[in-house]
Amino acid sequence: MISMTELSKKHVSPESAARLKKRKSAQKRLQMLGIMAITISGLALVTLLWSVFGKATGAITESYIEMTIELDADEIDRDNIRAANFSGMAKSMLKDSFPYVSGRTPRRQMYDLISVGAAFELRDMVMENPSLVGQTITFEFLASDIADLYLKHSYGQIEAAPHTGDISLVTEGKVTTIQSSAPDFAPLLVSVRAGLHAKAEGLRTQAQMQENGRVVFDQRAADGEDVEVNLAEAIRRGAARDQFYAQADELDALAAQQGAVFDLDSRTASVFVRVGDSWIKLETISETSGSGEILGEFTQDSYAAADWELMVYATPETARKVSDIQAMLLENLRDADKIVTHFNTHFFTAGDSREPELAGVWGAAVGSFWTMMVTVIFAFFIGVPAAIYLEEFAGDSRATRFVEVNINNLAAVPSIVFGLLGLSVFIGFFGMHRSSPIVGGIVLGIMTLPVIIIAARAAIKAVPPSIRDGAMALGASDLQVSMHHVLPLSMPGILTGTILGMARALGETAPLIMIGMVAFIVDIPDGPTDNATVLPVQIFRWADFPERAFEARTAAAIVVLLLFLFVMNFAAIILRKRFERRW
Amino acid sequence: MTNVKISNRHVDVYYGDNHAIKDVSIDILDKTVTAFIGPSGCGKSTFLRCLNRMNDTISSCRITGDILMDGEDIYAKSVDPVQLRARVGMVFQKPNPFPKSIYDNVAYGPKIHGLVDNKTDLDEVVELSLKRAAIWKEVKDRLNESGTSLSGGQQQRLCIARAIATAPEVLLMDEPASALDPIATAQIEELIDELRHQYSVVIVTHSMQQAARVSQKTAFFHMGDMVEYGDTTEIFTNPVDQRTQDYITGRFG
Amino acid sequence: MTFLTALSIVALAVLFYNFSRIRAISAANGVQANLHSRPSYHGLYSFLWVFLVGVTALIIGSILTPHPMVLFGVVAGLSAAVGIWTTRGITAETRARNKAERIVTGILWACAGVAVLTTIGIILSLVFETYNFFESLGWRVDKFLFGTRWSPLSGLQDGVMDPDRVGILPLMVGTLMITAIAMIIAAPIGLLAAIYLSEFASQRVRGWVKPMLEVLAGIPTVVYGFFAAITVAPLLRETGDLFGLKIASESALAAGIVIGIMIIPSISSLADDVINSVPQSLRDGSLALGATKAETIRQVVIPAALPGIFSAMLLGVSRAIGETMIVVMAAGQGANLTANPFEAVTTITVQIVMLITGDTDASTAAGPAFSLAFTLFCVTLVLNIVAMRVVRKYREAYD
Repeated sequence: MISMTELSKKHVSPESAARLKKRKSAQKRLQMLGIMAITISGLALVTLLWSVFGKATGAITESYIEMTIELDADEIDRDNIRAANFSGMAKSMLKDSFPYVSGRTPRRQMYDLISVGAAFELRDMVMENPSLVGQTITFEFLASDIADLYLKHSYGQIEAAPHTGDISLVTEGKVTTIQSSAPDFAPLLVSVRAGLHAKAEGLRTQAQMQENGRVVFDQRAADGEDVEVNLAEAIRRGAARDQFYAQADELDALAAQQGAVFDLDSRTASVFVRVGDSWIKLETISETSGSGEILGEFTQDSYAAADWELMVYATPETARKVSDIQAMLLENLRDADKIVTHFNTHFFTAGDSREPELAGVWGAAVGSFWTMMVTVIFAFFIGVPAAIYLEEFAGDSRATRFVEVNINNLAAVPSIVFGLLGLSVFIGFFGMHRSSPIVGGIVLGIMTLPVIIIAARAAIKAVPPSIRDGAMALGASDLQVSMHHVLPLSMPGILTGTILGMARALGETAPLIMIGMVAFIVDIPDGPTDNATVLPVQIFRWADFPERAFEARTAAAIVVLLLFLFVMNFAAIILRKRFERRW
Repeated sequence: MTNVKISNRHVDVYYGDNHAIKDVSIDILDKTVTAFIGPSGCGKSTFLRCLNRMNDTISSCRITGDILMDGEDIYAKSVDPVQLRARVGMVFQKPNPFPKSIYDNVAYGPKIHGLVDNKTDLDEVVELSLKRAAIWKEVKDRLNESGTSLSGGQQQRLCIARAIATAPEVLLMDEPASALDPIATAQIEELIDELRHQYSVVIVTHSMQQAARVSQKTAFFHMGDMVEYGDTTEIFTNPVDQRTQDYITGRFG
Repeated sequence: MTFLTALSIVALAVLFYNFSRIRAISAANGVQANLHSRPSYHGLYSFLWVFLVGVTALIIGSILTPHPMVLFGVVAGLSAAVGIWTTRGITAETRARNKAERIVTGILWACAGVAVLTTIGIILSLVFETYNFFESLGWRVDKFLFGTRWSPLSGLQDGVMDPDRVGILPLMVGTLMITAIAMIIAAPIGLLAAIYLSEFASQRVRGWVKPMLEVLAGIPTVVYGFFAAITVAPLLRETGDLFGLKIASESALAAGIVIGIMIIPSISSLADDVINSVPQSLRDGSLALGATKAETIRQVVIPAALPGIFSAMLLGVSRAIGETMIVVMAAGQGANLTANPFEAVTTITVQIVMLITGDTDASTAAGPAFSLAFTLFCVTLVLNIVAMRVVRKYREAYD
């Protein structure tokens, strides 16, 4: 038999105190878990914003190459400036500026330093000011994405390496041999070898992956599943595996080469000897010597240690978009102060483009604007009357409840389904125009409708019955009460809900992709029936482009989108604070 | 011979700027039912909640003065409110059974405080508590049903059983019968009278008849002051203060 | 021309508004008190009729697409005729206010009906294409639901698909795996955050954390997709390399983690709501028995809030299943039937996007795409309905 008084004594026993300590630490643990959960969410948000904003900084500025160009009156017809070949003129200007660049590939790489858009910008300037024809002017040519990224150090850098020796040059035919009085190239050999071994390991990993795939397809074939297809795939994978292994062995052999002269190629670091604007890109090196082709002009046969530079591009040429020639030319241009950096106006004024340096978000922003216009008109002018009806006129009938359940369910339907609705009804059935803001706007409007109806009903419900009763007592009809008294009072709440609904719609992507708003559209739309794209879809498309320069632009477009969302949410908060009424 | 269980000296309670309890000194006796009466908003519930430090859960609440239980200051740093509340049980105005089975409701206290080591003992404590709360007969066949499935009066007795099972020394009751019908009220009052033999019981009530029926001692509260404290029979037949007399004769309330 | 026609409808409506108003005033012999309804109601009545008939005619006309001039003539003519009809019989006794109000109420009713129309539209369009698709499969719905191979366009012959290549099991597995990863992230974090916010956090902390969660909730999914593809996936791959794990650059893990992050705020805010709606009296009851706050939360508050928490989780699952952009950008596209979260998997939504945006003839791709969407719609609908029911039951229990 248990005595309760005995049990009572347990509360003040030392065991109870010890137990309490444990219970308290269990409480601390729960609290810590909560703080951890919040910290993790906070960290996720910070990481997300950090990575987006960090990447976006790459798109703040753009590079220009400042060059003098002769606007030859023979080449340009003053009456038809548009027809002149500005692109050709720009190319010959480059050819004249760097006469030592010869050969088809090097020339093409040189031309690729300036954007294809630069010639059009030059043309536009001349068309605006025809008196320039015949003059020689200094013009800032927009740099290509590759040049811009090199100048922003995105591909690594050509950097000076330490050296102590004096060099002497001997030229035989095209090849110039450099002999240094010190083992200046020795450190490079170590890193070149290590680099080659690492590369070989990477290839072996890929070979192993191919082998894994081969086993799977072989097994499928053995199981009698699509024998021919799977067998062919297995053979293909086997061949790829062997190719990777062969390449890896080749690299290892290259690294193991112990001879005095070591071949450099596009898979190793690039090494240069530089005097002023002139370079020798080394094809072979040994500890004290190297050889390669001259780019520019070397006037002396020998140079003291202080007069030449040993330059190294640690990233192999195959691992970067910018070629050695381009990098050398850009270094020369930078040293000659010909590189100018400006705020990236293209990004904020241009429409879409396949060339990253010419691509901008203005077209998408305008498209978003038209789409949002249609959305707000549709959702607001249907949503608010619907809310008034449900809140003020509809009794608590079965039909009303059905409509309510409907609205709640619609709010939770995946957005992609709304896209398919738009596709089949507006484009399929009504034959409306694909990728126009009007269709996109209506689809987003249908999606936003439940949000606005729910918000508007809450706002209407918040108006106290005393207001209604007062107006009723003056002989106003139900409709007059709603329209003249209830609606104006609930308007701030309705508008807040509308803005928040719009903010959600502004970021929606999937339904718009369904109705074909993913087309490549360069022009800025003039109205809701023009072809257009919208900001989030633009982000989606750019994120998919392989050009590295689009990464920064995608991030910058996200920043623009987030900015719009921030402004809208801020407006909603202000509106709510300003008109918040306590009845 | 009855000892002083809880001794209160110059207790003041503030809710923010609101001075809710003003300089109250009162000795609560062991094995006695003490009733706090007074008009609503007079501070009787607030004072009751000081005795098991339930006011600690309200951040704006501030308490000064001394409250000693068996001579030990319950607001001392060394006293943990969690441990204190195990010794000072409480029953609320509205029955608040947990959404668990009847058995688990009663076993909750003994389990968290580790009062028993095995299932047999726990079963025994549960049965004993339910019996003492005079509800065993009604629920003994449905211990696995939810506590919320009981009627209001049964729920309140379940809550009393739940408080008893924790083996407290003092039992605080905040208008325990106000939400119940007359029959359930009578059962609860009968129960309180039983409990007096084991515990020090403090009951807040706005029903003077109830105070007269169940308590031996009565304290009258008015606007934060404790106006009068004494034997229940004395207070009801021969009040000293004019306000007490006005209240018990129904002039205000 | 459409714009001009629309403008003419408005112009006619305004014209008849004024015309009716003047007719009404003259019918009252200039004494407005003689009128049953004020003149502006007579005007409104005509306005509404002209406007509604005009707009209806314009919409029907736009679908039939006759010659623009014919359309203009018919629309303007009809509007004018209705206008004349409404002004014809105006007397002082005409109950214009009641009639006009009935029309306005009708318009309000119609607006509320749009929500129902939308649902009907969704169901009809999905069912229509799904029916056709299943018919072309010879009603082998079993192959669709339980088949293990998904490559509908590879077995295409004369626009008819091979029933053996339209099995959605790989997509289901992919979707479920990503949803499971997302919930493993979001469920504990969201719930613990909600518990901390509602039971422990000071007003100040709440004032900071709540807006932070709202920001997290307001970020568009395409941004999450970019984050998954550019930041999370490479990070995972590198971390995997450290431990000798092969994590594909497009993996279920990356997409799942980021979807998890995305649904943390919705779970925590729903859970916060349900925890807050557990009556304080239950907490008091537990604390008064000498329970610690943590014991009260674990043994009283959470069990009491369990149905609500359960439905918050269901809504989270429903969002994860229907999420599109993050998986399109980070989960990969090959329909592998795999249980390895480090590999690329594909989901229902990804396949819908690929089918619709792909190069295949739209009418061919529509069949499987709409059937997938119908499956998705049904699954999320069931989840939502169950969740809403549970929540309603739960609220009834405490209100």
